[in-house]
Amino acid sequence: MADHKLRETPLLDDLQKGPWPSFVTDMKKIAERKPMVNDLLGQLELSYKERVGHWKHGGLVGVIGYGGGVIGRYSDSPDKFPDVAHFHTVRVNQPSGWFYTSQALRDLCDIWEAHGSGMTNMHGSTGDCVFLGTTSEELEPIFAKLTEKGWDLGGSGSDVRTPSCCNAMARCEYACYDAMDVCYNITMEYQDELHRPAFPYKWKFKFAGCPNDCVASIARSDLSVIGTWRDDIRIDQAAVKAYADTGMDIRADVTRKCPTACMRYDGKEIHINNRQCNRCMHCINAMPKALRPGKDTGATILIGGKAPIIEGALLSSVLVPFMKMDKDDDYQEFKDLMERIWEFWDEHGVNRERIGECIERVGLGNFLEAIEVDPQPEHVKHPRTNPYIFYEEYFEDDGTG
Amino acid sequence: MATQPSAPRKTDIGPPHYEQFLHPVIKKNYGQWKYHEYLKPGVMVHVAESGDKIYSIRVGSPRLISVDVIRLFADLADKYCDGFLRFTSRNNVEFLTDKEKSIEPLIKDVEAQGYPVGGTGNAISNIIHTQGWVHCHSAATDVSGLVKATMDELYEYFVDMKLPYKLKLAAACCLNMCGAVHCSDIAILGIHRRPPKIKDEQVSRVCEIPTTVSSCPTAAIRPTTVEGKQTVKVDEDRCMFCANCYTVCPAMPIADALNDGVSLWVGGKVSNARSEPMFTKLAHPFLPNNPPRCRRVDRADWLAEVL
Repeated sequence: MADHKLRETPLLDDLQKGPWPSFVTDMKKIAERKPMVNDLLGQLELSYKERVGHWKHGGLVGVIGYGGGVIGRYSDSPDKFPDVAHFHTVRVNQPSGWFYTSQALRDLCDIWEAHGSGMTNMHGSTGDCVFLGTTSEELEPIFAKLTEKGWDLGGSGSDVRTPSCCNAMARCEYACYDAMDVCYNITMEYQDELHRPAFPYKWKFKFAGCPNDCVASIARSDLSVIGTWRDDIRIDQAAVKAYADTGMDIRADVTRKCPTACMRYDGKEIHINNRQCNRCMHCINAMPKALRPGKDTGATILIGGKAPIIEGALLSSVLVPFMKMDKDDDYQEFKDLMERIWEFWDEHGVNRERIGECIERVGLGNFLEAIEVDPQPEHVKHPRTNPYIFYEEYFEDDGTG
Repeated sequence: MATQPSAPRKTDIGPPHYEQFLHPVIKKNYGQWKYHEYLKPGVMVHVAESGDKIYSIRVGSPRLISVDVIRLFADLADKYCDGFLRFTSRNNVEFLTDKEKSIEPLIKDVEAQGYPVGGTGNAISNIIHTQGWVHCHSAATDVSGLVKATMDELYEYFVDMKLPYKLKLAAACCLNMCGAVHCSDIAILGIHRRPPKIKDEQVSRVCEIPTTVSSCPTAAIRPTTVEGKQTVKVDEDRCMFCANCYTVCPAMPIADALNDGVSLWVGGKVSNARSEPMFTKLAHPFLPNNPPRCRRVDRADWLAEVL
């Protein structure tokens, strides 16, 4: 039983009802042994009553030698809620694809039970395993125990944020490259950039195995890597027939929904004009037993995605239409490209400006030239609609008539 | 200041390699999967070229969970899945097993512990969400409560596959949108509706004035002097309540108990299937904060308006 008085939370108690699992019930149980969670509930109840938050801005806290990974958090009412006066967040870099063993989870729980509130986010929006609420004195002991068990902190501030990826080849037949391996490899390659903020602003990587983009890389990352293929969709006509035999309306649900009208069903077989296919995944999603991505697979590299603050939301747009993502080459082609982009950003980026905004400001043409990528049709959504063209080549009268 | 630990300090070791966390069947068939099927709501089977099968049982989680809940998941994984599990990009838990006979006992046990099985196929696959009043300084609302209240109402659409197609929901507590709110099928977004209040006596002490001025997307912030102290002023007619100034200058609080609330957005997506990814569009500009359940004053179920 608790040796501290449990907070009264009449408004939050209402959230213990209903079928969806309740974070309030969970927190109230752990509040019995954790005064920090008891005060967290107390402060949250006050927010519910007053309809306003009670956290102050983050301060600069962290572990020795790192500039990121810990977010300082302080209550604006420490007199009322002394146990959450300091309530810092620790971001722990998650494994690729969020795969765990029960033992790995217990290791993390034991560390957090001993040195923090015991509350977590599984997971944060960027991908980290997030430990919510501890004090500055606990940070070094947490870090020492995490690293002893093979874990490290994630990113925060103006650095490479913790990369994340879908479960790709581990459990998905659509994966067009080994997104989990690329995610791990890139995370390891850029440990310094991840732990020691030195960029104009944050840089998010997300790796999606196919154009379904289950990790929302196109919306949520500055650099999105989305699997694709160059050859033909593989068709198993016997499986097509099996789908038809189950009563599936292949024309209505598959071929007529193709955005480029590149496929047809003749009542027996599916025929695809692969030159017209834009690899959107619809038909493959609809009949995964019958249709599969091709075998010449790789990824499209896109750049510039972000949420609205400050100049408006952007979706990532194509930078490299196809990259092989070659494991044997240690993804060197990809890393070389990143370093050219970061060199440009270092020189031209301004404080708190994401790369997508930077490219809009300097112009895609100038950006491409600086990072040594040739302009390609895939960079253009549609041809220009204004006539103000800069002509670099023109005729000069050489007097010969 | 923290003290230097005595043991040799390890840094920059990165996350553990994922391979040690993969089920043997997954490791054996890595990159060799052939197809998948939904066996029932919340249960998928992935079949490999080799004929091997891995079953995934998807379980809804509030995302904000204690070590007790994580240990419960670990115990269930030990009991039914040889200790193997994963989390999804939408904060669900997936238990992974190659033993078909483990599925039903696992589901029974998970449900007995109060956790729903579902979120696959033509269903809601849990709500992506942010910190809210639980842990964020810039939150205009609390999303953990909003998500709990919403999922209570929409529970039947998580545990069954009766929607026309997938439905991806997200909730963010301010315009920073730490979640794919701007590209979700339906999104709940916390909003401020009044300009920041400037604490003139604090600005020069805690804020960098040029950074604060340049943080404003509408150029509404200008430097000024009040009672001999350097501070800033806001042209309130130009303010669009984005709170970017508050992010760089804590002396400009923007939270307003009377006027903060949520807006509702629809029609975004991130998948490339059929049509290209697109942003959500505004469906409803403002509902007041009304915790804990965020029902409207007239007690009508506000979600019914959207669905």
